[in-house]
Amino acid sequence: MKHLPTLLSHELRMLLVSPATYVASTLFLGFMGLVFIKIVELYGGAPQETSPAVVYFQLFWLPVCVMVPLLTMKCLAEERRAGTLETLLTTPVTTTEVVLAKFGAAYALYTALWASTLGFFLVLRRYSGDERFLDAGPLLGGFLFIGVSGLLFVALGVLASSLTRSQSVAGILSCVALATLILGGNALADSPWLDQGLLRPLRAAVDHGHVFGHRDDFARGVIDLRHLLFYASGTALALILSILSVEAKQLHA
Amino acid sequence: MSAPPPAIEVSRLVKTYGGTTAVNDISFTVARGEIVGFLGPNGAGKSTTMRILTGYLPATAGSVHLCGLPVATRPDEVKRRIGYLPENNPLPEDMRVSEYLYFRGRLKEVARRQLGPRIDEVLEICDLKRVRHRIIGQLSKGYRQRVGIAEAILAEPPVIIMDEPTIGLDPHQILIVRDLIAGLRGRMTVIISSHILPEIEVTCDRVLIINQGRVVAQGTPAELRREIFGQSSYVLEVAGDPATLAAALATVEPDLRATPPGEAPGAGPEEFRRLRLTTARPDELGEAIVAALAASGCRVRAIGREHPSLEDVFLAATRRSWDAVQAAAPRPTPAR
Repeated sequence: MKHLPTLLSHELRMLLVSPATYVASTLFLGFMGLVFIKIVELYGGAPQETSPAVVYFQLFWLPVCVMVPLLTMKCLAEERRAGTLETLLTTPVTTTEVVLAKFGAAYALYTALWASTLGFFLVLRRYSGDERFLDAGPLLGGFLFIGVSGLLFVALGVLASSLTRSQSVAGILSCVALATLILGGNALADSPWLDQGLLRPLRAAVDHGHVFGHRDDFARGVIDLRHLLFYASGTALALILSILSVEAKQLHA
Repeated sequence: MSAPPPAIEVSRLVKTYGGTTAVNDISFTVARGEIVGFLGPNGAGKSTTMRILTGYLPATAGSVHLCGLPVATRPDEVKRRIGYLPENNPLPEDMRVSEYLYFRGRLKEVARRQLGPRIDEVLEICDLKRVRHRIIGQLSKGYRQRVGIAEAILAEPPVIIMDEPTIGLDPHQILIVRDLIAGLRGRMTVIISSHILPEIEVTCDRVLIINQGRVVAQGTPAELRREIFGQSSYVLEVAGDPATLAAALATVEPDLRATPPGEAPGAGPEEFRRLRLTTARPDELGEAIVAALAASGCRVRAIGREHPSLEDVFLAATRRSWDAVQAAAPRPTPAR
């Protein structure tokens, strides 16, 4: 793992010079800004029972399904298409180091972008003078959820990029995988037919992977070890599959 | 004290992809400090062999040792000992030349303190100082190729593998790359694949010709000429009596044959004729022929030894291997 810092700094630099990063950042910050304006309007109109931070994180899935594919689609697909993966893997670096560096750089940018939206709350508190707008509990829980779930989302993006040479195919794969995990899980969680007979074990699995449920728990300050394990094991699995995918494609290059 | 192992030792190497045999039981050795040309038609298995040598691709069977290290079981150590320029020289488009070399130097474990001076050195060697701050994507093909070569020699590895280093370059750039490679002679072992055969002949100590996944000929260009064509030939412009000429030539080497034999139509003994002399003897006979003809009273205007080009050798060797494959293939049974 001694090449990981070199690879990671290189990947971060390459992300920062990539136009896709700026497209993703602009779309994300623009969208989250709009969401925040709507929340401010809502809370300005009438008193609400929940903290604005809780409402703010409810729409997290929409930027995730767009931003994560944009940040990760290029990482391995483009390297393979251009042939630079071959030159990289003929130096003393391992496939694991390469995949971890790609993942680490994309994840760092993902969390940095989300962290920058904390500025919305700081600006609101500064100009409203109301301390309640900076509700530490739900804010901390929300950002913790974003940080923990982001591990899995970014790992899925890296996995999609490892499966194909085409950036656009990788982007679509990643978007579909994330939408299936987040929205599909939510749709299944509400399905009564899962409670019948043989399907009961499937219900347990769906409940375990219910991302919206995790979000609500984190926002309420419930840090369940099972949720953490779900994201940690999912991330590890996606990264292992990415490494295997790169190596398998290398064998049949 | 035992002699150091050869730089590259390939034994019975086989590589198959999905039922297709790209490399079929090839064996060869490359000594330390040698520059070897790797020739073959498209699809012969050159790039696959080179990728196996670098540790990028695993072999299906056989063994490859680089500086005595088995590539299959110790790929990390092998990768520290090679510089590789792949076919088409893929480079990151968004990086500056010096940044790219710094990044690659760090990956190749060049000490941070030595890396700056070493980058300056390779930029100087490859004549890249003027473009060191330019973005790679904006460089011409020649510069890009030199960036690839600079990267390959950056960590001063004992073995350099270059797949088509002069492809797409103009004659001036080819000359620069040729001088660059020649400058590595004795210090590094170099394997180069190329389709520009005069280039290989000038640069390489030895040539390996591969076709349909097999080594069909190997040796120095002179050895290959002897092996493929089996004889030396001289072109002679001479005037004199044909009988005297034949007798004089027989004193030099009884095996020496002159074509066209005897007197050319309409040419008298006083007129100069052009003859081709062939012999199985590999050593130089030109001086002895001139001396024998002069002593016998024949007048020699010109003599030269004919050298089949490496292109002739390559074409003959690959044709020979195709013929062998065709002869070995079972003939279709005629329909009744």
